[in-house]
Amino acid sequence: MPAGNARLRWRKFVSGFMLTMTGVCALVAVAVLFFILGYLVYHGGTSINWNFFTKLPAPVGETGGGMANAIVGSAKLLLLATLIGVPIGFLGAIYLAEFSTGPIAFVVRYAADLLNGVPSIVIGIFAYALVVLPFKHFSTLAGGVALGVMMIPITLRSTEDFMRAVPNTLREGAMALGASKWKTIYTVIVPAAYRGILTAVLLAFARVAGETAPLLFTAFGNRYWSPGWNQPIESLPHMVYIYAISPYEDWQRQAWAAGLVLLGLILIINILARTILARGVSVPRS
Amino acid sequence: MASVRQAVSVNITPTGTTQSIKHEAAAPGPMRMNVNKVNFYYGAKQTLFDISLGIAANKVTALIGPSGCGKSTLLRTFNRMHETVRHARLEGEILLDGQNILSQDVTQLRRRVGMVFQRPNPFPKSIFDNVAYGLRINGSKVPIAEAVEKSLRHAALWDEVKDHLHKSAYELSGGQQQRLCIARGLAVEPEVLLLDEPCSALDPISTAKIEELLVQIKDLCTVAIVTHNMQQAARVSDYTAFLLTGQLIEFSPTPHLFTTPGDPRTEAYITGRFG
Repeated sequence: MPAGNARLRWRKFVSGFMLTMTGVCALVAVAVLFFILGYLVYHGGTSINWNFFTKLPAPVGETGGGMANAIVGSAKLLLLATLIGVPIGFLGAIYLAEFSTGPIAFVVRYAADLLNGVPSIVIGIFAYALVVLPFKHFSTLAGGVALGVMMIPITLRSTEDFMRAVPNTLREGAMALGASKWKTIYTVIVPAAYRGILTAVLLAFARVAGETAPLLFTAFGNRYWSPGWNQPIESLPHMVYIYAISPYEDWQRQAWAAGLVLLGLILIINILARTILARGVSVPRS
Repeated sequence: MASVRQAVSVNITPTGTTQSIKHEAAAPGPMRMNVNKVNFYYGAKQTLFDISLGIAANKVTALIGPSGCGKSTLLRTFNRMHETVRHARLEGEILLDGQNILSQDVTQLRRRVGMVFQRPNPFPKSIFDNVAYGLRINGSKVPIAEAVEKSLRHAALWDEVKDHLHKSAYELSGGQQQRLCIARGLAVEPEVLLLDEPCSALDPISTAKIEELLVQIKDLCTVAIVTHNMQQAARVSDYTAFLLTGQLIEFSPTPHLFTTPGDPRTEAYITGRFG
């Protein structure tokens, strides 16, 4: 039957074509990452040296110098953000997963999702109004608050999901032994979900590590060391921004290098998170 | 045996349908728990109707009946696990050693009335820590290692696990996990141990081991077991209660219920005509 054969050939062609298309698109998606990585290494690799990690930025006209202040600044900002965002997100997630069932939970969950979608620059304005205006100057504290607020919804929602994945039979088992609700949570539920929770925290951390917008008018930037928590401070993403739009070739190279360091940091955190999770959720899903 | 007779007539309140039968319930020894006129609701839906029965001390009492008859619901009221379900409401009273459990502190109650569930639910901890869990959260003063060994021996698990107490409980087989859960329940020395279809997820050999140890732990505590397996009830229990659509149809000594059932519905069920 020639007609039947033609149909069959056409169907085989469509099938093969679509398979190829999906493969190509998947390849493109991965290629973008490797392209960025390669580009960063190509342009910034040469500027990464010991000085880059240990020296302050050099004044205009002088070559050399580094971003030690931005690296320490990012570390301080992220430490503060973690101290603000993780406890609130974590305890809030416990409430959502273990205590609430009614409309309050719905509202909190919905609000967290909205907060997650708020543009980061808007969060920056919020931190500006909350911390910068009362103190009358930019500070590490303001930057940390901005990043911390961004970490709350990410930590909250994924921690909640991981806690909900703990089988109910474990809760019943603990309660049947006379454990109070709170004891059940911290002796059984949290240990059972800790890998997931740790992953959630790491991913939230990686997410805000690369944020620039909320730092523009909170941490502001600083070409020198920033002692304490109450002065403007430099950060890696902000340094990338300033140096990349500068007219000096040396600075532009350093911007690439800073981007490379930042991406490297985020990649390492992501791989760490996947490894923790891949070791298996500690509770079999029954 | 006058006092015993009296206990029976008090504990097993006749309801219209089952009056003649329940009086035949043979005289149990002293009662550990008494269930008096319990009605139970999920929201507007009533699932238990006017249940009254006694759980004899240091005996095994089995609750049998077809799926959905309310046997698990009834068992879960004995240590108030029903309160974990929203919109659950209980009427009537349940006495433990003469005290109404509904007015007691619930965590204290559950230390005295332990529970083993349908599926083995060991915690994601080591074998040792699983058994020690109840002792630790209750701040028990007894030497923990000794208590753990004792409980594992009672649960007939000690010989199989004594060389790897610090391995994860999840490395045990399903049957071993369930015996671990029994050991975990026994460790806090409860007065009553409730078992909610403890063998339904297990193979026949594991089931046989658990049935064997149930008969032995009678000396340690009072046992109430829900099972959909009538042979199991016949093998392990001293008293059997047959429930149907939320009503207690018949409650008698096990040999009596299985050989000369007093209600045609009981007979129909145990001879396999439904359920």
